[in-house]
Amino acid sequence: MNRAIRHVWVAAVALFAVLLLALTFIMFFQQRSLAANAWNTRALYEQFGRDRGSILAGGEEVAYSVPADGDYAYQREYRDGEAYAPLTGYFSPIYGSTGLESAMGEQLSGESDSQFYDRVMATLSGNQPTGASVEMTVDPQLQELAASLLEGRNGSIVALEPSTGRILAMASSPSFDPNEMSSRDSAGVIETAQRLNGDPNQPLVNRAIGGDLYSPASTFKIVDTVAALESGEYDTDTVIPNPQDLELPNTNIPLPNYVGGPCASRTEADLEFALNNSCNTPFAQIAMDLGQDRIRETAENFGYGQDLSIPLNVSHSTFPTDLDDASLAMSAIGQYDVRSTPLQVAMISSAIANDGVLMRPNLIEEVRSSDLSVIDSFQAEQMQRSTSSDVAGTVKDLMVSAVDNGIASGAQVPGYSVAGKTGTAEVGTAGSTDSWFTGFAPADDPQVAIAVVYEDVEPGAASLATPSAQQMMEAVLNG
Amino acid sequence: MSAAPIRETPETSQRPGQQGGTSGAAPVQRRRRVTELVLLVVAWVIGIGANILVDPQRAGEDPSHVYRTAGVLIVGSLVLHAVLWLRARYADPYILPIVVTLNGLGIAMIHRIDLLMDSTAGTNQVLWTAIGMFAAILVLILLRDHRYLRRFTYISLLASALLLILPLLPGLGTEINGARIWISIGGRSFQPGEIAKITLAIFFAGYLSTNRDVILLAGPKIGPVRLPRFRDLAPMFAAWLVSIGVLVFQRDLGTAILFFGLFVAMLYLATGRLSWIVLGLLFVAAGGVVASQTFGHVAARLDAWWHAFDPAIYDAPVGGSRQIVQGIFGLASGGLFGQGLGQGRPDLVSFANSDMIITAFGEELGLIGLAAILMLFFLLISRGFRASLGTPDAFGKLLAGGLASIMVIQLFVVIGGVTRVIPLTGLTTPFMSAGGSSLLSNWIIAALLLAISHSARRPVLTGPASEEDIAAFEAHEREEQQRAEIQESERAERAQRRRARQEEARREREERRAREAEDRAAGSASSKSSEGQRAHTAITDKQSKEKGAQS
Repeated sequence: MNRAIRHVWVAAVALFAVLLLALTFIMFFQQRSLAANAWNTRALYEQFGRDRGSILAGGEEVAYSVPADGDYAYQREYRDGEAYAPLTGYFSPIYGSTGLESAMGEQLSGESDSQFYDRVMATLSGNQPTGASVEMTVDPQLQELAASLLEGRNGSIVALEPSTGRILAMASSPSFDPNEMSSRDSAGVIETAQRLNGDPNQPLVNRAIGGDLYSPASTFKIVDTVAALESGEYDTDTVIPNPQDLELPNTNIPLPNYVGGPCASRTEADLEFALNNSCNTPFAQIAMDLGQDRIRETAENFGYGQDLSIPLNVSHSTFPTDLDDASLAMSAIGQYDVRSTPLQVAMISSAIANDGVLMRPNLIEEVRSSDLSVIDSFQAEQMQRSTSSDVAGTVKDLMVSAVDNGIASGAQVPGYSVAGKTGTAEVGTAGSTDSWFTGFAPADDPQVAIAVVYEDVEPGAASLATPSAQQMMEAVLNG
Repeated sequence: MSAAPIRETPETSQRPGQQGGTSGAAPVQRRRRVTELVLLVVAWVIGIGANILVDPQRAGEDPSHVYRTAGVLIVGSLVLHAVLWLRARYADPYILPIVVTLNGLGIAMIHRIDLLMDSTAGTNQVLWTAIGMFAAILVLILLRDHRYLRRFTYISLLASALLLILPLLPGLGTEINGARIWISIGGRSFQPGEIAKITLAIFFAGYLSTNRDVILLAGPKIGPVRLPRFRDLAPMFAAWLVSIGVLVFQRDLGTAILFFGLFVAMLYLATGRLSWIVLGLLFVAAGGVVASQTFGHVAARLDAWWHAFDPAIYDAPVGGSRQIVQGIFGLASGGLFGQGLGQGRPDLVSFANSDMIITAFGEELGLIGLAAILMLFFLLISRGFRASLGTPDAFGKLLAGGLASIMVIQLFVVIGGVTRVIPLTGLTTPFMSAGGSSLLSNWIIAALLLAISHSARRPVLTGPASEEDIAAFEAHEREEQQRAEIQESERAERAQRRRARQEEARREREERRAREAEDRAAGSASSKSSEGQRAHTAITDKQSKEKGAQS
């Protein structure tokens, strides 16, 4: 009988081992994924019961927690919510969190690995751990200006510091008030969410980095120009045919230059003339001459098709594959299936401004724990080299000329040399266009690279993008 | 146990055949009562400390709960300690401190959830701790020797059946949370099934220790497996069927699994036949399949287990997996170190202070704390099996092994349930979950293990016996022999009567056959006389019937 007793004991050992393994699996290995589960109200209660860190811009709190009564010990509030909502996102007990509230959630709630020591100390002293505050790189003045420029329109403005990749402004319109999404009034929050989700203008989407993306239109000609110069087959003296209409192979639809524009005045053009006046046919020919792979490779050098987290996730901008010549010609002028985020367009200008080196865009200036010690701070990081310094210099001169002498002249800032390129994208519905501007200033010592896009601009109306970009650059230069 | 053996002075008579006598030279176990006392102090510090820590005000505003708990734990365990000194001084020194620690931690967590939910389960739990300790004291005082319980083998079976049927009686039984396993007396509810697990263990131990040889050897051999004869296992199956049957009607899956596990474990302990265990597990599998097809609530349990994270099952209004999933969230939020006592949100899990108390501990003490609690349980059951190994009598071995197995099965069902190793079924965590009946029965189990461990660890006296020892022993032998002779003669008498009856019946059959053969011979000789022949047969038949009635 003693043998059987020992066997039963061994079986008990095995059962206990199974239990310990199962507990270890759940409490250690699965801990994070379970904490992130949408049904885990416990995590929400804990997050909302906690003194969450603030999100700051230029030293001022734009998202912060205040003590409150009720289910949760704290209430999240937002200052100037509409201007910052594309960045901060919301922090809702019902719908979870978005934007930096989600991307920096661990730091804000004090749960990141680097805050481990703080947590241990808080546990030992019996205090509730408090979250770290997150300082953004955005300049409040620029951010608020960008938001006001976009007001009443659909569009987006992104401003970068070319030498570091700091995001100085990132606005998206229409926006929403995150206070309404983060309120304790559940019925109100649900109603707001239904209204925002049902809105065809998609106010919850940060257009600067996501959503449906845009056709970059003529701003993509910068990429064509870089590809042409890099190939060695073109230089600024090369003469390119500039027909008013270019017959596209295997189709009967011609690719036209803008009717009635200065392009029509010449049948041949050099790069400067073509870029100044944004002539379509020379660039279509350059692309067909170089081939799609060269163009795509150059686009990728500027960030197309690459993963990027700022730490908000940025949608991939794409240059299509398997193009026939007609589609390649359309793609070369930023139409067809070329899709870009406004951030990607700003990155093209930024790389040109920074002697061909693309700095990794980032939104986080500093993370400070509740005792103000710095947990993490901004490090300028090279993302990749987009083109040689020589080519970048040449393109810079061409872009300066476009502002000084070309159709981008609306971007001039008195006393400074500005580089820029406009664009007009034809979107699905006839007659409706998206208006673009991208550029940087001052050309000799770039402080800011910018991309501006307005949706559904009435044809014939004055371009909205260029004057807005001008105001933004002026604010940087004279601010 | 490295210390030098201590010689034990002879104790007053407790067991026939071992009265008095001088102690042998063989090394004996130390009593270790001082060890127990020191460990008890540690248990108090942990148990009472936890009760202070769970309160955000550190019990500064209303210390009455802490005083009550400390009073019951300290006084109760001191009295138990004293009783062990007097009645079972060789009892295992680790069992009592472990049980007090677990009980104290349980009260702390229940009180902690009371503070969140504004309930009073903690006060109730302290009261039942006192009752449980009192019951344990009674068991240790009244039960001079655990083998005494063997006399109640069949009474235990009857008691188990009664206890299990009680909740089904109209007026007495009450249904709580869909299971009809409670009786209500004077406004308090009680779960008789908790006591039934002890009486069933006593029955299994008594029956199997008497009949294990017959069960093992008398049956037919089919292939490599020797099966027991049905009649040898019939009472076992009766006990098993009663418990399972009643529990099907009471819709309490957890207790059914517990009883069946106990049945299989004790059968294995008694026989060592692994093949029967395999058969038993096949039975369970078959039963599980049938149950899942037949009973909606069983199928729902299986779905909630296997597809716990399926939204449709999570949101099911009845029998959904919300409880399991929220429990797992609770465990996960504890992580490695836990949120700290009093810092988590155990109230988000339903039944956090009873069936799901393990998740509450996981949340607040973390993996490390929960593993420590599991280790305490493991030590406790190991001491139970140690007592089982050490005690010389088969009944004690089976009883201790069975009681330890109950705890193992219960823990596995509870913790395996909350971690999705097996489907979640409602069972209490021994000594921790809120619930008076559970606490009471577990304290009785602890007392029984203490009593058996005493007989396992006390010195076995050998060597030359004194005159009076021999006289007493011989008197006892004579008594036993007389009883055996009387029983033997009664048995012989019964056997004789039986043989006589059989003999007579045989003779009669032969006579009848002879007559029938005669009749047939006569009938074929003369068919005309068949009329008279039939009449004659009828008369003889009548006579033989009368004769049969006389005999």
